[in-house]
Amino acid sequence: MADNIQQSTSLVAEHLRSWNPKAVESVIEFHGEITLVVPRELLRATAEHLRDDSNLLFNLLSDMTCVDRFPAEPRFELNYHLTSISRRDKVRLRSSVPGDNPVADSVTSVWPGAGWMEREVFDLFGVRFTGHADLRRILLPDDWEGHPLRRDFPVEGQR
Amino acid sequence: MTTVETATGPAKTMVLNMGPQHPSTHGVLRILLELDGETIVKAIPDLGYLHTGIEKTCEAKTYSQAITLTDRIDYLAPLSNNLGYCLAVEKLLGLEVPKRAQYIRVLLAEMTRIASHLVWLGTHAIDLGAMSVFLYCFREREEILKIFEMVAGQRMMTSYFRIGGLALEPPTGWLRAVDRFVRMMPGRVDDYETLLTENRIWMARTQGVGRINLEDAIALSMTGPALRAAGLPYDNRKLFPYSSYEEFDFIVPVRTESDCYARYMIRIAEMRESLKIIRQAMDKIPAEGPIRTEAPGIVPPGREKMKTEMEALIYHFKIFTEGFSPAPGEAYVTIESPRGELGVFVASDGTPKPLRVHFRTPSFVNLQSLPKMVEGQMIADVIACIGTIDIVLGEVDR
Repeated sequence: MADNIQQSTSLVAEHLRSWNPKAVESVIEFHGEITLVVPRELLRATAEHLRDDSNLLFNLLSDMTCVDRFPAEPRFELNYHLTSISRRDKVRLRSSVPGDNPVADSVTSVWPGAGWMEREVFDLFGVRFTGHADLRRILLPDDWEGHPLRRDFPVEGQR
Repeated sequence: MTTVETATGPAKTMVLNMGPQHPSTHGVLRILLELDGETIVKAIPDLGYLHTGIEKTCEAKTYSQAITLTDRIDYLAPLSNNLGYCLAVEKLLGLEVPKRAQYIRVLLAEMTRIASHLVWLGTHAIDLGAMSVFLYCFREREEILKIFEMVAGQRMMTSYFRIGGLALEPPTGWLRAVDRFVRMMPGRVDDYETLLTENRIWMARTQGVGRINLEDAIALSMTGPALRAAGLPYDNRKLFPYSSYEEFDFIVPVRTESDCYARYMIRIAEMRESLKIIRQAMDKIPAEGPIRTEAPGIVPPGREKMKTEMEALIYHFKIFTEGFSPAPGEAYVTIESPRGELGVFVASDGTPKPLRVHFRTPSFVNLQSLPKMVEGQMIADVIACIGTIDIVLGEVDR
């Protein structure tokens, strides 16, 4: 993994830490991109703060996706790419969930645009989002078994 | 099915299935329309008919091989996808692309924007009954495809941008063909406007149709011409410039009515702005210079070098058999594709094949707003709204 810089120059991380020191587990800086690692329990609260705080104003959810780190744990790494339109700033929010209990809070109450993005992560990875109004498969047929983008699902084969 | 109040008392709604085979859904899109007479009560898109597992397949290919897969995502703007993916991998590797290659990338990306908008205009117009526009748009698009074939060897699935620059040196004289196109095109855009902009039928079918307010649009992560039609000048080329776009002089068309007509006017204006950018790029491109950066072990050496120098031959061999392994990390790059914000997220685990490649495609995210645009309107307006969002199913489903 890239360097874990605990003492970051990131103003966003500092604002979040002054709001709640537990919100930011670590900060990663890589080629100009800032990633804030947030514990699963504080995901929704941190998301709300990122959107609403007048110093942060991350009102556009650009993308929400998942990386399967199998066999490492915690297995499913959720990545939220946020953009602050007025401040012309970008940040990545990261929160991981374990493979034996892949459940996270839905952020659809913060950014409704996450609706379909979370459905896609549920469909292809099997991560469940509590508080999502309509969590069902989106790309695969409703009766499909398995979650294809998991690393232990083969690229090709037959049923 | 629910019960709704009508003028003559309570009535049950009807669910009508639209698609996946339908000439106006611009691909295999299925929408379930819950209707009260002809008014839409609820619209539920059903996706996945074109899902081919591109993201999973990328994990089984090396970083270079995956470029050919990116063409097929938004198949009406393949160079746009190539650009997004290459920029993301170049960020992961920390590569700096030479200016000559950057300017050529900008020129071809803007030609792709025009080509994509031409397909959009042709299909949107023919859906609403303006059949001639379709043929005129495709006639101009043919000229663009000829230029792509000249440069990349391929009309559509070009795979012309590579990690570190371009695949091939463009042929001598190609800028003359671009110049001919740039001289011809403004008159043709005027022709399209003559047919549509003040046409009473066009205005009746598009003005006031498919409204979405700015707050909802941002909340639903809408980007591209649809967001600019709601009043926000959000364009990645201006706000987060890439590939030397900050050196080009162009405006970002914005309107406030946020209906189908506003989006039409914006895309027409964008075609004109793209022509401006192409003219500037033609002047900026140096006649000679490298088209790929020097990065031994990552970017293949030129053919001549490979045939005469031993180290270059070994690098060539290693790159095409093993591939290169970026250091573990992630990169996310957003570009302004013709449809909106195209984001490419690449995660590396130190092996020659990517750990994860994710495409944040504008059509997938913008389609989420379709129910909001369409509820309360009539069935014919659904056609106008699907057309105005400008979706490509390859992008929606991947």
